Amino acid sequence: MEIFSNLIFGFSVALSLQNLLYCFIGVFVGTAIGVLPGIGPLVTIAMLLPITFNLPPIPALIMLAGIYYGSQYGGSTTAILVNLPGETASVVTCIDGYQMARQGLAGPALAIAAMASFFAGCVGTLLIAVLGPPLAEWALKFGAPEYFALMLMALIAAACLAHGDMVKSLAMVFLGLLLGIVGTDVNSGMARFSFGIPELTDGVGFTVVAVGLFAVSEIVKNLETAEQQAVFTKDIKNLMPTLKDLKVSSMAILRGTAVGAFFGTLPGTGPSISSFASYMVEKKWAKDPSRFGKGAIEGVAGPEAANNAAAQTAFIPTLTLGIPGSATMALMLGALTIQGIAPGPQVMTSKPDLFWGLIASMWIGNALLVILNLPLVGLWVKLLKIPYRFLFPSILMFCAVGNYSVNNSAMDLYLVGVFGILGYVLVKLEFEAAPLILGYVLGPLMEENLRRALLISRGDPTVFFTRPISLAFMTASILILITMILPAMRRKKEDVYSGG
Amino acid sequence: MKFDWRTNKDFWSGLLLLGFGFAGFYMALDYPFGSALRMGPGYFPRVLAGIIVAFGLFVTIRGIRSGEKVRGVWGWKPLAYITVSLVLFGWIMDRYGMVPALVVMFFVSALGGHEFKFKEVAILTVAMSVFAVAVFVYGLGLPYRLFWW
Repeated sequence: MEIFSNLIFGFSVALSLQNLLYCFIGVFVGTAIGVLPGIGPLVTIAMLLPITFNLPPIPALIMLAGIYYGSQYGGSTTAILVNLPGETASVVTCIDGYQMARQGLAGPALAIAAMASFFAGCVGTLLIAVLGPPLAEWALKFGAPEYFALMLMALIAAACLAHGDMVKSLAMVFLGLLLGIVGTDVNSGMARFSFGIPELTDGVGFTVVAVGLFAVSEIVKNLETAEQQAVFTKDIKNLMPTLKDLKVSSMAILRGTAVGAFFGTLPGTGPSISSFASYMVEKKWAKDPSRFGKGAIEGVAGPEAANNAAAQTAFIPTLTLGIPGSATMALMLGALTIQGIAPGPQVMTSKPDLFWGLIASMWIGNALLVILNLPLVGLWVKLLKIPYRFLFPSILMFCAVGNYSVNNSAMDLYLVGVFGILGYVLVKLEFEAAPLILGYVLGPLMEENLRRALLISRGDPTVFFTRPISLAFMTASILILITMILPAMRRKKEDVYSGG
Repeated sequence: MKFDWRTNKDFWSGLLLLGFGFAGFYMALDYPFGSALRMGPGYFPRVLAGIIVAFGLFVTIRGIRSGEKVRGVWGWKPLAYITVSLVLFGWIMDRYGMVPALVVMFFVSALGGHEFKFKEVAILTVAMSVFAVAVFVYGLGLPYRLFWW
């Protein structure tokens, strides 16, 4: 069994003292920051990203992954205890989780969320190990036209299925692609859109865009209106769910995991749609749907499982194809690139220790989450009580020092300012920043592959439709666009996002 | 709904896209376009900018028709303070070292909040600066001067 030998190899990497330590730090810091109200996984990763660049690639990636699912788990804790979602994916957890907490069932809600996340995380990790190698092998056969078509499909799927206005999200994809062009053109050596600023000939720094668009804009958004003191639920007494809870939840967890794994694996879709979809599934499946919104435990278990399964399986397209499915995965991909690793199907063969070590560390991280979180609930509750006026300057501090440390240049900080303003204006005008960062990450690759594809076809654009794999991706892109333009499908998507 | 250009969400969204599209297209005119077979550095940007302009037109017109307004209030004050605090951090960091940069950043950004109590901000600044120096300079070994000497 090759999978097992691969996994064992992965564990031997992940269980080294250094990597274990970084996994622990990542999970712990990720949860601690993710718990803080108003700080979602994206902000957490964006602010800590530059710091990890000072580490070697494997510990850096392991720590980032830990931060990612740690902050996601922390976000659910906040959602359940104080009804404040840190990101779109935990909006669903708020609905029934907070109701449970108000009925004094915060303990069982948290415990179920932890169990659901752990189970889904294990399945997700296994899926990566099983699906990764064949997928990467298949992807090695891709030529330029296939890659271009695949990226196009991922971007269109991300824009169409994400939360928010589809037309504006598509526009953001193109704006992101344009932003990705800033810097020196590899073919001609010409500096493009560099405004005569020498620092920009290397392109806009990845962390600059991430921090500006996600962290700064989020802080300003939170400061618009006066601080809302978090409303607390009753004390957490009992952690253990009843046997009946477990029975009802176990099926919901299975279904949620399946939904999440499905959406996570697809390039272009991520955790947020899966948690909404899972909530809808649970509501459809329940004998008595009226309990939903009033503290139904399945409404916590299903979406939490889906959320986490998708978070794990989202690594599949990211690591094997080099195509990120969500904004967080775009950040991961950017981190890989900055570490000098070209993302794509060759990572698995050229850096097996990184690939398998990362996968094994995900499982360890998920186990750590369960072990850590339930006993530490008291600590998280204390963190939740920190007022925002102490938090936001501290977050800014991480962003500022971290960004400065990437190039040791003040220019990056000035650019963070510019992107912060842009990010805030985009938020206010209800543009989604996620498609933008996906476009930005894929921009240079897309141009390169388009160039190469048209070069081998002697300038004939039909090349994308005459090669079977590329044709399939193109057809899928067009199908996604068409179905999303149909009013019936659009209404269905709105249903999903409104908790159906 | 009546069209009010000042508060119209999609009107401004469209203008933003048009601005980026036209600026991108105009700048890309300096780069050789080439042909589909041999794409110049101006090919991809010009195509993208053209598409963005098209989206901009569509969204602007949609905004004028629907008249949907921007939700909530604009937080210009926090935006200004936070942006300035980041810029100052970079500027001071280059010239006077990390500690002065952090102190200025904390005070300026805290002014962007709703409550500003000098004592609280001072304590926060000291605590977080000590933490930052410990983690970044001593922990991660980043080669920064703490002060200007």
